[in-house]
Amino acid sequence: MTKSNTQRPALAHLNWLEAESIHIMREVAAEFERPALLFSGGKDSICMLRLAEKAFHPGKIPFPLMHVDTGHNFPEVIDFRDRRAEQLKAELIVRTVDDAIERGLIVEREGQYMSRNRMQIPTLLDGINEFRFNAVFGGARRDEEKARAKERLYSFRDKFGQWDPKNQRPELWNLYNGRHHPGEHIRVFPISNWTEMDVWQYIEREQLEIPEIYYAHEREVVIRDDQLIPLSHLLEAEPGEEVLTKRVRFRTVGDMTCTACVESDADTAVKIIEETSVARVTERGTRVDDKASEAAMEERKREGYF
Amino acid sequence: MDLLRFSTAGSVDDGKSTLIGRLLFDSKGIFEDQLEAVTRASKDSSQKVDLALLTDGLKAEREQGITIDVAYRYFATPKRKFIVADTPGHEQYTRNMATGASTADATIILVDARNGVIQQSRRHSYIAHLLAIPHLIVAVNKMDLKDYDQQVFESIEKDFREFAAQLGITKDITIIPISALKGDNVVNRSEAMSWYKGPTLIDYLETVDTSDDENLDDFRYPVQMVLRPNLDFRAFAGQIASGVVRKGDAIKALPSGKTSRIKNIHTMDGDLDEAYAPMSVALQLEDEIDISRGDMIVPVDNEPMVSNQVEATLVWMHETPMETGRPYFIKHTSHTVRAHVDEILYRTDINSLEQLSVSQLGLNDIGRVRIGTAQPLFFDPYTRNRHTGSFIVIDPKTNATVAAGMIANEQTQLSDAGLWTSGQVDRAAREAMHHHKAAVVLLNGENKEEVAQALEENLFRKGVHAYRLDGDKLSLGLNTDLESSTEATNKDGREAMRRTTELLKILLDTGALVITTLEIGSESEYVRGLLAGEELLEVSSDEERAVEHVLTLLAEQGIYADPSLRS
Repeated sequence: MTKSNTQRPALAHLNWLEAESIHIMREVAAEFERPALLFSGGKDSICMLRLAEKAFHPGKIPFPLMHVDTGHNFPEVIDFRDRRAEQLKAELIVRTVDDAIERGLIVEREGQYMSRNRMQIPTLLDGINEFRFNAVFGGARRDEEKARAKERLYSFRDKFGQWDPKNQRPELWNLYNGRHHPGEHIRVFPISNWTEMDVWQYIEREQLEIPEIYYAHEREVVIRDDQLIPLSHLLEAEPGEEVLTKRVRFRTVGDMTCTACVESDADTAVKIIEETSVARVTERGTRVDDKASEAAMEERKREGYF
Repeated sequence: MDLLRFSTAGSVDDGKSTLIGRLLFDSKGIFEDQLEAVTRASKDSSQKVDLALLTDGLKAEREQGITIDVAYRYFATPKRKFIVADTPGHEQYTRNMATGASTADATIILVDARNGVIQQSRRHSYIAHLLAIPHLIVAVNKMDLKDYDQQVFESIEKDFREFAAQLGITKDITIIPISALKGDNVVNRSEAMSWYKGPTLIDYLETVDTSDDENLDDFRYPVQMVLRPNLDFRAFAGQIASGVVRKGDAIKALPSGKTSRIKNIHTMDGDLDEAYAPMSVALQLEDEIDISRGDMIVPVDNEPMVSNQVEATLVWMHETPMETGRPYFIKHTSHTVRAHVDEILYRTDINSLEQLSVSQLGLNDIGRVRIGTAQPLFFDPYTRNRHTGSFIVIDPKTNATVAAGMIANEQTQLSDAGLWTSGQVDRAAREAMHHHKAAVVLLNGENKEEVAQALEENLFRKGVHAYRLDGDKLSLGLNTDLESSTEATNKDGREAMRRTTELLKILLDTGALVITTLEIGSESEYVRGLLAGEELLEVSSDEERAVEHVLTLLAEQGIYADPSLRS
């Protein structure tokens, strides 16, 4: 670069990340006819929603929110989801796995971890087809898991919603190629470059409200595979398992049957940031579904998972 | 705390993945469950943890034991946050290296201490140089296998600096002896190499000064979209590509050329007096001027180049080779345009750096080309501005991203409108056949229609290839789907203007002398840009003996010498 006469401080990392995410959201809003934003009420999608507010301010968010409800979500999170959409006067589309089962779109899988994670895939794809969404924002981050590390910001999906890791479009500078044929769509991950720490710092900085189960609270749990598994109407203690009451918080809030919690006293974002800076386990490590096989996430993503 | 993006490039066995694993591991960025998964996946479980498995993400790669796609990694130290683009280094993956390099502030090139500076190191350096990465780090790895020998390191350092000078790399180069496997000089200072006094790798990454890397001199603002939530608010949303903008600044909108001032810099967190790259903001202007996506806001006294001919270096990224004359899309800033590659000037052999004359560019080829675009681009040379100097090429059939482009410093302008110059019979040949030049005579005035008809007839009788372009023919034909307005202030009006101008250019390419009474908006910067270099004669039909007047002007301009004027 040429030697500059003008100098300004480099943007602080959160500002840099925010500017990048806003740029991506505006690109999508400008280039796609029917985008939608996947909003689960989880912390990543809460950040994404704030970024969308900022990108189009003072206008409304120019696309609907969509949630694929597994029916196994934490009730606190579902309440929060509805409240937040209401506050923003945003259109919220909910498609449920239960409904998809009833319609025969999917068959429920049996097993100890009767996770409905994989069952979200056909439900999600069905929703995308129904509304003919051609761009779908997801809150996935590259630091979450190895298969995600190679994901593009604009992730091309074929007519069957599939991801082909060997045939991804090269992505250079901040020039995103959103061109697609009818029936195909693009998954867009505007917070790809954020880490778990960045998300917490942003929640703190923006004073974002999040579902209370992210903060330390008392809960009945059992210990399975060295993890604290929360008990609920969907998951009871096995014979011989000791039911413990622990002060815990959740680092992710997926399917109640496959999301473990961690022991914690952190009841504010600041305390969580402190805890996260010394945490030695990644957040997806609390997701039992990712551990099923070494390539579990990659396989789900190929099928159309986000 | 700020953020540094860097990429890494190395050959298959240079230990690149091990190095990144080491950086993550020693900077405590590796969490226990990732480590556990790696231990589970390590083929030989008796060995120590294989750090490389931390970064080789996908199943296919684990099977082949190589990294095949760009993977992004994240770690932080108390001083900085880092985004690492881990790019594979084999010959066939020039594409991936360029991808990782495109967003990097710095790059680490790995050199195996046992092999020294080899062909691949040269190739990696060349790509880093091509992509204009501001800071170059050469990590001489596997020093443990050369007994941490100072002379080995110094001889490699000398080789590399010589090669870099040959390439013309003048920027910051730092060369560090390391052992990624043993951890020497990566995060912890090497005891075995006490002779080395320079920074460790992490020291360098934490402290490298990037304040000069962002171009803050040339304000460039590609408009992404117009925010118009209600009648009282209108702003242009975008991310500042380069430069600084302040409230009150005098600006110009491209391509319209309309000027105004910055009324406000809007963000949801409050209005700003000043903003700079790479902030995402929304600009409000003092005047209601027509600006839409793809336009660019720039300072009145510092404009980019505007042209529909661009000379650039392409990195071809697709199995299907590039062909001249084939239609492509170019996405440049927020602007997507149709384009053709008119000419391949040469291909650079990435190993010998020789310039070869070729007829096509294949996967991973790097070539200098001349491109014609259907609408003008507003750009700066890539080495001056990585954001307004870069573009991607998209195949309109498959929608694949087929190339990355970097706009050259020198732009040799062709003599005539270069867009459609390919083909044996060019305009000059046609002009020679007609014995006059191609030009547009633009008539305005009360009785312009009658004068136009008379002029056409007069010239036609003398064997001039004259053609009267009639407004009705256009509005009933070519422009029938557009609202009948020639105002540049609405979308249809501008599109009509564009089509008409393009048609004019085609007629000019046939060598015709075009007579028209259309209001083509010749006062607009946009139309002027499209017709730059063309003979454009604006004449009032209210002149006495208007036809003769035009003939005189044509002769004066050297367009057509009417024999009747000689007497």
